[in-house]
Amino acid sequence: MRADLKLIHRWVPDGAHILDLACGDGTLLASLARHKGVTGYGLEIDPEGITACIAKGVNVIEQNLDEGLANFEDDTYDLVVMTQALQALRRPDRMLDEMLRVADEGIITFPNFAYWRHRVHLGIRGYMPVSKSLPHAWYDTPNIHLSTFNDFEHLCREKGLIITDRAVGIRDHEGHWTSRLWPNLFGEIAIFRVSRRRD
Amino acid sequence: MPELPRDSVGLVTPQTARFDDPLELACGKTLPAYDLVYETYGTLNAERSNAILICHALSGHHHAAGYHALDERKPGWWDAHIGPGKSIDTNRFFVVSLNNLGGCHGSTGPISENPDTGRLWGPDFPMVTVSDWVHSQARLADRLGIERFAAVIGGSLGGMQVLQWTLSYPERIANAVVIAATPKLSAQNIAFNEVARQAIRSDPEFHDGWYIEHDTAPRRGLKLARMVGHITYLSEDAMGSKFGRDLRSEDLNFGYGVEFQVESYLRYQGDTFSNSFDANTYLLMTKALDYFDPSAAHGGVLAKALAPSQCPFLVVSFTSDWRFPPSRSRELVDALVRAGKPVSYVNIDSPHGHDAFLMPEPRYQAVFAAFMSRVARELGLEEHG
Repeated sequence: MRADLKLIHRWVPDGAHILDLACGDGTLLASLARHKGVTGYGLEIDPEGITACIAKGVNVIEQNLDEGLANFEDDTYDLVVMTQALQALRRPDRMLDEMLRVADEGIITFPNFAYWRHRVHLGIRGYMPVSKSLPHAWYDTPNIHLSTFNDFEHLCREKGLIITDRAVGIRDHEGHWTSRLWPNLFGEIAIFRVSRRRD
Repeated sequence: MPELPRDSVGLVTPQTARFDDPLELACGKTLPAYDLVYETYGTLNAERSNAILICHALSGHHHAAGYHALDERKPGWWDAHIGPGKSIDTNRFFVVSLNNLGGCHGSTGPISENPDTGRLWGPDFPMVTVSDWVHSQARLADRLGIERFAAVIGGSLGGMQVLQWTLSYPERIANAVVIAATPKLSAQNIAFNEVARQAIRSDPEFHDGWYIEHDTAPRRGLKLARMVGHITYLSEDAMGSKFGRDLRSEDLNFGYGVEFQVESYLRYQGDTFSNSFDANTYLLMTKALDYFDPSAAHGGVLAKALAPSQCPFLVVSFTSDWRFPPSRSRELVDALVRAGKPVSYVNIDSPHGHDAFLMPEPRYQAVFAAFMSRVARELGLEEHG
């Protein structure tokens, strides 16, 4: 399992009812269902991912996240997870609102554009960064809203959200999740656990 | 001798089950006794856990797969998806496919004899609903010794029967596959059905439904009904790419004969159908479509109506289907999600309109096969055959 998914796996409480936005091949939901009795739905638009989910017995709904989550009612989930999709959305800020409308808590992971390797690409060599977490060329990338660890934290504060956990890691290395040492510089993947203030 | 394709279920013979227990119908009438004609493919396992029920659409019947004779021109109507190694793999599953009550292919319907009068039922055959069909299908399952279906599967009106199964017999259905269907007809859907019914009923040969006694049939009306229906089964693009504005001869004739290829095609479809289908059955089936609305008894809230349902759903729609467009499948999916029921939904990119559900298409087949493999795996079904 991908390193960010492993960390999320640890964070999701037993028996939670969750939505997994851009759930891919359903690895996370299938594992959470098996090991933690988690229920819920994955949303995905990639045909191969959807077929893989169905083969695993993961509930998957073909739905484009840019169309929002209007078909999900307020406060009907414990948690909404969205891994590696924020940067590909037309309006990431609105999706954050949507996630915290249907659930109290959200977990979001995305590639940190300020990762030092990315900075070397852009700042020194003068090219748009290409890395394991950002594998596409500038002209065919689905990533239209790249952001940094700091940017996202700023957005959460602007929206008055509570950041209950945040960490950065290196894509293929588990167990190196940290937020202590210059996360904006040394983290390739950023992960945030946010909740809204209760009225 | 012509050879049958290797992935075919081969030669099949319809069977008839006779039921002498009266069946109470939603309309308040009772059918004292009735026949259901059906076919089966594959082998029922010792645990009787591998049975699949196929529900047919408006003009469908029990002959879903295989051939009745070696020289039969075309196999059953869903042969693309039922057979050894196909999505509904007859090496694993035992498939039951029947002709619904009110049909005209062997099950009791308007062309059967009414035991009370000795005449044909004709227009006196009671109106049957999707619920009535499901109850009669459950009795057929009893007869075959099937306590619980591994899956009930259907497209279009067949999909509505699947949905009804999850509500009427939630403990007897392990999985539901609802394809190109809708939880209820729209005003536009009903309007098209009404045009079809009026075409039939206003045909001078209709004789208030007693046309067989008059030794005739409302063929022109039924032909028109089918022509209108057929337009709604195809997409504009599919019709465009198949026929365009092609003419049958090089020049315009400035007359009302057949000039465009699409006219010729529609007339042919209408003629074939009107010579093989019973008009009273067509009327009945369109009414069953119009009446279906499980949400009606729950203030129009479908999610509430779905409360009894327990099994996982696979809901499939097709992008170019404008008869029951993807938004209608989404309506069902959203209600299932609201009710907290397990469901997966796919919207298959296809140019073939509503009829896409009958055809093979790589993504459709991949999704269907993935779902059915999961069903087989969870039931511990071994491949045999």
